[in-house]
Amino acid sequence: MAGLSFDLIALQLFAGLALGAIYVLFAIGLSLIFGMLTVVNFAHGAFYMVGAYVGLYLISIGGNFWICLVAVPIVIGLFGLAVERVLIRPLYGRGIDYPLLLTFGLSYVMVECVRIAFGKTGYPFDTPDVLQGAVDIGVGYFPLYRLFVIGATAVVLLALWLFLEKTSYGLIIRAGARDPQIVRVLGVDVSRVWLIVFGIGTAIAGFAGLLAAPLQGVIPEMGGTILAEAFVVTVVGGMGSIGGAVLAGLLVGVVVSMTSLFAPEMAKVSIFALMAIVLIVRPQGFFGRAGLMS
Amino acid sequence: MTKKVTKAGSISRRRLLTTASAGAVLAVSPFRINLLQAEEAPIKIGFPVPLTGPYGAEAQDQVRAGQLAVAQFNDAGGLNGRKAELVVRDDKLNPGEAATRTLELVEKEKVNFVVGSLSAAVQLAINNVTKERGVIFNSISQSDAINEAADFSKYTFHEALNPHMTSGAVGRYAFTKFGKKVAFLTADYAYGHEMVRGFLEVGKEFNIENLGDIRHPLGTTDFSTLLPRLQALKPDILCISNFGRDQQIALKQATDFGIKKSIQIIAPLLSHASRVAAGPQAFEGVVGGCSFYWGIEDKFASTKTFNEAFRKMYDGKLPTDYGALGYGGVRAVLEAVKGAGSVETDKVVAALEALKYDYYKGPQYYRKCDHQSVQSVLVIKSKSKDMKNESDVFEVLSTEEPNEKYLRSCEALGHKS
Repeated sequence: MAGLSFDLIALQLFAGLALGAIYVLFAIGLSLIFGMLTVVNFAHGAFYMVGAYVGLYLISIGGNFWICLVAVPIVIGLFGLAVERVLIRPLYGRGIDYPLLLTFGLSYVMVECVRIAFGKTGYPFDTPDVLQGAVDIGVGYFPLYRLFVIGATAVVLLALWLFLEKTSYGLIIRAGARDPQIVRVLGVDVSRVWLIVFGIGTAIAGFAGLLAAPLQGVIPEMGGTILAEAFVVTVVGGMGSIGGAVLAGLLVGVVVSMTSLFAPEMAKVSIFALMAIVLIVRPQGFFGRAGLMS
Repeated sequence: MTKKVTKAGSISRRRLLTTASAGAVLAVSPFRINLLQAEEAPIKIGFPVPLTGPYGAEAQDQVRAGQLAVAQFNDAGGLNGRKAELVVRDDKLNPGEAATRTLELVEKEKVNFVVGSLSAAVQLAINNVTKERGVIFNSISQSDAINEAADFSKYTFHEALNPHMTSGAVGRYAFTKFGKKVAFLTADYAYGHEMVRGFLEVGKEFNIENLGDIRHPLGTTDFSTLLPRLQALKPDILCISNFGRDQQIALKQATDFGIKKSIQIIAPLLSHASRVAAGPQAFEGVVGGCSFYWGIEDKFASTKTFNEAFRKMYDGKLPTDYGALGYGGVRAVLEAVKGAGSVETDKVVAALEALKYDYYKGPQYYRKCDHQSVQSVLVIKSKSKDMKNESDVFEVLSTEEPNEKYLRSCEALGHKS
């Protein structure tokens, strides 16, 4: 196929970064929860899916997309708080595989509940009117909504960074992640810190699900495919490193995009090839702390 | 091995019972007849379809309409009072899973027939099992390979359209109207490959120019990295050969990228269930083929009857294309059972071969050499305005009447006749 122009390559690169932004948004919650709680949350995809369904429900009862942008993270965050308090908390200190298995099972329960409540068939989710259509970004046309997703991801990242680095609560969270025992000795209720971290992580997952809905519609299985990709992102970035997740997410997006251009059949495999290469060179990922898994 | 012995044993016992009682029927009281009927097992039709996964919406419609065919057969008295039953299994759109489920249906459930599947690849796995066990399989999903001598057996029937017929009809319509420069976006498995082959074959008649074929894996959720390339090829026509959720997402994202502004999108098949699941925006203006649309009820009495029966059973819902295939596939087998007066495989095969039927879409029959159902292909366009009800989603642009000239010849498929 002929016709490889500079514009096409630039547009392809941009499409990769946009795709990467979606990976980042999804992986960031996963990474946050793992980094602070050492809980590998296999239900992350299910929270993402439920986020999309909550958005769908709110719109069906008269809400609009902008209300959903605020309401969905709150609803899913509260749901996450309940899950942490009731299901995850009793498992702290029992080894990494207990919460892993629990969340794995929980994801099945959540998907099945949604199938019962909304049916197995998917639903359309229209892009909000003002974000419809494609705009000229200099090298070609690109969907306005995808630009919005990039912006939303940046806002979430900035807010998360400010919260963790600039507030006193963020300081406690970071301290709790490094040495929970000392924090406890200092009189801080660590379990409450963990509760909130889990809530924030799931809220971001729900938010990501809502943002993904206008891109691909809503279906109970939507969390499954992205979960595999998100794990690659967190592993490449370094388990538990938020900065690493951002870098790795964007990198994975660009790698997928560039492989799609030259060998579309290899696009899906390229993600895992990238992971294999990174792990050979740096087993802990880009910014991973060694020994977090043990 | 032991399993086989028991299976043969139970069948011969049943046959013995039937023959012995058939003699008795001539002479004895009605009480005896009732006793015999009570002992007889229902006619079981195994129905493996991908209820979960990207083709779930279509598969559920297949089940609904299949149930309708069974209910009608039973309401009409069954086979001399012997009722039919649909045994549904989820094949998860996976050939291995489908083969296991089918084997289970044949061995454990002792089904008399198998109807079903919704994938060009998975149906071949089902067919392998039924072929080997000598069980009739009526496939209700597109495939070219299943017609070919290598995969065909006398037990294999194909109620659905095949990619050659579908792409032929759509190609003949589109290549005269929208232009000659064609780019392809294709699901990377049998269905997509066979469709593209069909389009390129019919395209020779119209001298189309193939600008390129980009393939994506089954179950892709993001096409944003493939679309800029397709757009840069500047085709007149973008032909998207995928199905179910892949089709929904591909059309949605192609719309978002503004592809429809300068390029006509065509698809070999436009699935009704997918159009409903994705909404009018994504499918707007797309032209494609289908085996059935409820709207042809003005033209065919059988369509009207089918629509009404379906509506009655499912709270006013109208049947979809793949639903109609489930209905046609199950009903053809049950009518053949009635015609043969028996569930014996060879007699039912002969009855199916002799059928000239019109159950839901106008006249059809199974071609002798490959058991492909010769039938019409509709060329349709998705609409987004003036919709009278939630099922009023397509406009029929043209109809290719049933004719063997639109099928590959028996010789080309490797059959002797």
